[in-house]
Amino acid sequence: MSARGGVWQRSFAVSRKTWLLVGSGCIVLLLLIWAGSGTAWGRASYPVLLQALITGLLLGGVYSLVSMGLTLIFGVLDIINFAHGALMALAMYAAYLLVTFAAFNPYLSLLITVPLLFLLGFVLQRFVINRIMGQPAENQLLLTFGLALLVENALLLIFTGTPKALPAPFAQSSLHLLGAVVDIPRLIAFAGSLLLAGVLYFLLSRTTIGTAVRAVAENAQGAAMVGIDVRTIYALAFGLGTACVGAAGALVAPFLSLDPTVGEQFTIIAFVVVVLGGMGNVAGAFLGGLIIGLLQEIGGAFFPNINKLLIVFLVFVLLLLLRPQGLLGRKA
Amino acid sequence: MNAVKGIAARLGRDLLVFVVVIALLALAPLFLTRFELGIAVQMLLFALLAVAWNVMGGYAGQFSFGHAAYFGIGAYISAYLVIHGGVSPWVGMLPGAALAALLGLLIGYLSFHYGLKGVFFALVTFAFAEMLHLLTTNLSPLNGSTGLNIPLISGSSWVMIQFPLGSANYYYVILLLLAFSLLVVMLLMRSRPGYFINALREDEEAAAALGIDPLRYKLLASAISAALTALGGAFYAQYLLYINPDLAFGATVSIQILLPAILGGVRTIWGPVVGAFIITLLGQATVALVHTPPPFLSALAGRSGLDVMLYGLVLILIIVLVPQGIFGAIRARARP
Repeated sequence: MSARGGVWQRSFAVSRKTWLLVGSGCIVLLLLIWAGSGTAWGRASYPVLLQALITGLLLGGVYSLVSMGLTLIFGVLDIINFAHGALMALAMYAAYLLVTFAAFNPYLSLLITVPLLFLLGFVLQRFVINRIMGQPAENQLLLTFGLALLVENALLLIFTGTPKALPAPFAQSSLHLLGAVVDIPRLIAFAGSLLLAGVLYFLLSRTTIGTAVRAVAENAQGAAMVGIDVRTIYALAFGLGTACVGAAGALVAPFLSLDPTVGEQFTIIAFVVVVLGGMGNVAGAFLGGLIIGLLQEIGGAFFPNINKLLIVFLVFVLLLLLRPQGLLGRKA
Repeated sequence: MNAVKGIAARLGRDLLVFVVVIALLALAPLFLTRFELGIAVQMLLFALLAVAWNVMGGYAGQFSFGHAAYFGIGAYISAYLVIHGGVSPWVGMLPGAALAALLGLLIGYLSFHYGLKGVFFALVTFAFAEMLHLLTTNLSPLNGSTGLNIPLISGSSWVMIQFPLGSANYYYVILLLLAFSLLVVMLLMRSRPGYFINALREDEEAAAALGIDPLRYKLLASAISAALTALGGAFYAQYLLYINPDLAFGATVSIQILLPAILGGVRTIWGPVVGAFIITLLGQATVALVHTPPPFLSALAGRSGLDVMLYGLVLILIIVLVPQGIFGAIRARARP
């Protein structure tokens, strides 16, 4: 991968033009739906579409957070972390334990799962991932896949495959918005993800540590020369990436049924989002997450018989082939 | 006769090793119990798959992370033809292999045409295998996630590749397929196209400058690799007399196909075979451990997850400790 480093955009910012493009796209979409609601076809499909739009947007927020973690790890360490979703499942089970046995409020369990996953990521990078830093990308892929197998099956061993549900406040409550149902837990997950995505963005763009992380992502040798401890930054960046799934896991646990492989779909979706946003581009991953969430749900509304993931995969392949630098990434 | 001489001349000493190894393997059933024979069949199947993967992932340098796609196609086509047409699996293997080769050409053409390399190629192959996984799960003619059951016939038949449980004949069938695949790969790599494939991996620009068409020879490697993998899939369905989307197209299948090659050593003829033997023995050891755990682990008896967990651990250890594979490590040591 490093050989093509020049081609792959590691920007942490998205150009103003892209924001304008995405913003105006959303407005056009809303206008279309509003205009379409006048026609007979529109009246029939309007509620379905609106519901898909809202569900997709809320889910997309979570995808954004998960994908920002993955793309951060890629941008800084050049490693594709196949274990991302498995670590998310780990966070979900941690939240489950806290809620069930320590009577935590599920959202307060964030206070434990985020530091826990940060620490785990830090240690993992230091003692395992760091050993394969310069190796061919394939070996890194295999190693993180092995890690995913290890984590998922450890969960299977401990908790068995029986799906678990988290007792959560507002589990059954929902809002009604323009005829669509908005689940409160999903809304909270969306808001929490947005908030944490903002915190991560602030951390990366406005703090000294964030600047050091960006410097290492841009040029590790140069960063070392100006006195940045690159080894620590690597571990830190990996920890930050896994902290994102620590948060995401706790946020989605109240409305997803828990089983050891629950994270796999998030791994796959995060890959798509990361490629969409431009690999290593944190802001791109944020936008990409929202787009994929919308695409998955709206696609599912149009083609109810097709597995939603199939649509996501198709988009993934097309993206990889046609625009591997990402839709939102700027060409270097 | 001339053809045989030609092959012998081309392969030289490799042929001798080949004949000896296959002969020894052919004698093995005389010394194995029924249980051990089952393990041996598994070993040879993994060896065949890894040898096939090695053509694309090793020699051609195109790391495929989705060989389950070809394996599953081979398995499903052969099983479908047996069930709905009573077609002999020996015949059913051929359309499966052809279709797998076509898919290999398609994925290869798209990827090479658009210049995908390394991880990006790996992700595309992964995505194709996953799409087939989702598609077969949703397709009712293929029984969705329930899978296909191959009907039992009475007695045993070489034509239908069905033998009584524990028969050594399964072993001879897979040995035959492995021997065939090894020969194909050895001949390929000792021919002009093989040299071109090697040259393209080492330095594509230089090779292209000498007039070697990169697309053509990379596609050749993809097609051969895919077709041989499909043969393994057809055998697998026939051996289990059952196939379902997870067994055929699951992500772990892709890993199981490539892991022996990585462990043994890519770009060697015998590395994948040795890797398959070691991996299978390790797998058996973990299964035995779960089945009859030592006293201090007795709480784990019969719980699912431990075997795959250990598999994941082994995978991590292999990558950390012997990243170039066993043959690669030996070679590095011999050449200080």
